[in-house]
Amino acid sequence: MKNQLLSINDLSHEDVIAILATATQLEKITTGPTKKLPTLRGRTVVNLFFEDSTRTRISFETAAKRLSADVINFSAKGSSVSKGESLKDTAQTLQAMGADAVVIRHGSSGAAQRLADSGWINATVINAGDGTHEHPTQALLDAYTISKRFPDNNRDFSSLKIAIVGDILHSRVARSNVLLLTMMGAKVTLIAPPTLLPVGVEKWPVNISYDLDAELESFDVVMMLRIQLERMSNYYFPSEREYARRYGLNETRLKRMKKNSIVMHPGPMNRGLEISAASADSARSVIIDQVGNGVVTRMAVLYLLLGGATLSEVLS
Amino acid sequence: MKYTLKNVSLPNGDRTNVVVSGELISAIGQSTEGEVIDCTNLMVLPGLVDLHTHLREPGKEDSETVLSGSQSAVMGGFTAVSAMANTSPVADTAGVVEQVFRLGKEAGLCAVYPVGAVTVGLAGERLAELGAMADSAAQVRVFSDDGKCVSDPLVMRRALEYVKSFNGVIAQHAQDPRLTEHAQMNEGEVSSRLGLSGWPAVAEEAIIARDILLADHVKSRLHICHLTTKGGVELVRWAKSQGINVTAEVTPHHLLLTDDLVESYDPVYKVNPPLRTSQDVMALRAGLADGTIDIVATDHAPHPAEEKECEWSAASFGMLGLETALSVVAKTMVSEGLMSWEDVVRVMSTNPARIGGYARQGQQILVGSPANLTVINPTESWSVDKEKLLSKSRNTPFHGHVLPVKVVHTIFEGVIVVKDGKLTGKKHE
Repeated sequence: MKNQLLSINDLSHEDVIAILATATQLEKITTGPTKKLPTLRGRTVVNLFFEDSTRTRISFETAAKRLSADVINFSAKGSSVSKGESLKDTAQTLQAMGADAVVIRHGSSGAAQRLADSGWINATVINAGDGTHEHPTQALLDAYTISKRFPDNNRDFSSLKIAIVGDILHSRVARSNVLLLTMMGAKVTLIAPPTLLPVGVEKWPVNISYDLDAELESFDVVMMLRIQLERMSNYYFPSEREYARRYGLNETRLKRMKKNSIVMHPGPMNRGLEISAASADSARSVIIDQVGNGVVTRMAVLYLLLGGATLSEVLS
Repeated sequence: MKYTLKNVSLPNGDRTNVVVSGELISAIGQSTEGEVIDCTNLMVLPGLVDLHTHLREPGKEDSETVLSGSQSAVMGGFTAVSAMANTSPVADTAGVVEQVFRLGKEAGLCAVYPVGAVTVGLAGERLAELGAMADSAAQVRVFSDDGKCVSDPLVMRRALEYVKSFNGVIAQHAQDPRLTEHAQMNEGEVSSRLGLSGWPAVAEEAIIARDILLADHVKSRLHICHLTTKGGVELVRWAKSQGINVTAEVTPHHLLLTDDLVESYDPVYKVNPPLRTSQDVMALRAGLADGTIDIVATDHAPHPAEEKECEWSAASFGMLGLETALSVVAKTMVSEGLMSWEDVVRVMSTNPARIGGYARQGQQILVGSPANLTVINPTESWSVDKEKLLSKSRNTPFHGHVLPVKVVHTIFEGVIVVKDGKLTGKKHE
């Protein structure tokens, strides 16, 4: 495994299986009487957040602390030369402080790769969301959630049909999930209005649909993406109401879904827009599970990247 | 001062001696006069002329000055550059263009022709005093809001009409602003993967098409800056077939580099207009070879380190070009068998001088012509080292590339300003 996680492309299929297996083990251990493992004692993990995201930061912070790492939260609002400290200066500061891993969230696509490739810092870099590019740990936790809900598949998704619905164009969650879920064999369909699909999407290894209703009954997983309200002012769709009618997961649609199928959402949700309250809170919804699974998946990533011990040691 | 370039190859391959006396070529043939400079294995070209150069002075002297830009130019074999108007203050008055013109004279290494802004402050709203700039000591003939597009069709129409009275030309940076809001790179398969906002080809082509029709309607001269797309080449080809007075340029980087380089997220590849696909690159090469594209221009755009040592979206657009232009053209066109050295002379000297109206530049190598010459070694290659460039900035995308052709001597108005690949001195000490 590489010692960084910037994109799902950094992972082989073997790596992914190792992360999911490790997460399973860690979940068993941490739901027992001792929640905390001494594995990363003395290691420093910095959460470098250029963009607000309380839930992702807390998830990484909890994961690092359960592995006994020292955690520093560095919230650097703004970016670039004009608005405060540059990425380079921040990176060099963290280097001087001896960070072992930097978990970076940044509004600019490629910022995590820039940090890792620049030579400004030696720490292991983990991408916690960069602009509209990728959010690899979200995809890993989604895969973990799916594998738990479909245990008979044994982490092979080739019999699963998965729909990702909404703002694909601006979604880092969608990009990482397309890479990861197709790597695991799933048949992925992207469903969105044409304005919210990137030019060139036809080259992705997925099916494209503009119609949520067309094959709704066939999906095992329906993953709804958050719609940013400011998209409306850029003519991506005419109104909230129209979007909700055409692409929202409402109760009528929920009822049509396949037996045993699940509803996912990376959060935070716009209830009543892309997902109705009834769908979000239904028995099909695994949205709360996703949050909990986020912690163990991120523990697995930190564990394997910072390598306190080998995988076989943790599994034994 | 007299000297002889002995046993030098002309662009057509003939070997001869070229004698320079004062500012002119005084003899071509067997004779030698004055100092004899052995040019066996070397080739002499008319001095290169760049129609699109950002010298950054006044206002951004940390990136480049007229002097450092001139030094960079002559190291690259250029004897004339055209200083773009997007300085601070903008070159939109006679005062600013005269200042740049004077700085060029003081630097004394090559001719510096200021380009005037089309609109006040490059804002695209009111015409700048184009006549005053034309009548100034700088005698501006090329006008451009480069960096920004003259997007208002009425302003563009009026500008095209107005410059007819002094045989000016509008050099358009073709970029529809609404279609390129927040644009970061070529829109396509790579941008969709990288999650960077797209700069679609249609935003360039829509303006080119509109301006070709406007130029035809008012019977004026239009020059399209830095063409980058296959569709743009087709539009210019059509316009020329209709007899419309349009010329077009391509940059060296758009002849070689493609948008997949952005996968590194290294802003050294961030440029406007953006790197496109290999299909576009092939269409640009074909267009340059068949004469659809008239010239190569560098769009030399220096930036200080901090504007490139950052995340992609925060970085500035632009690449250095002067010191690598000839080598990149040699690599992409001559080595590929698409163009001869005579063709290179056409697109890098004769045509740009003609479009700009630069009378003493781009002349054929004949007795009586001004001695603006570039002597090259066409068979020697070199490795680009950004630390060794004479530009003040370091943002070359060709660092580490091994490129063909070395500039050996550059001669400006008879004075050898670069000798054996080293800067020697300026014209008027």
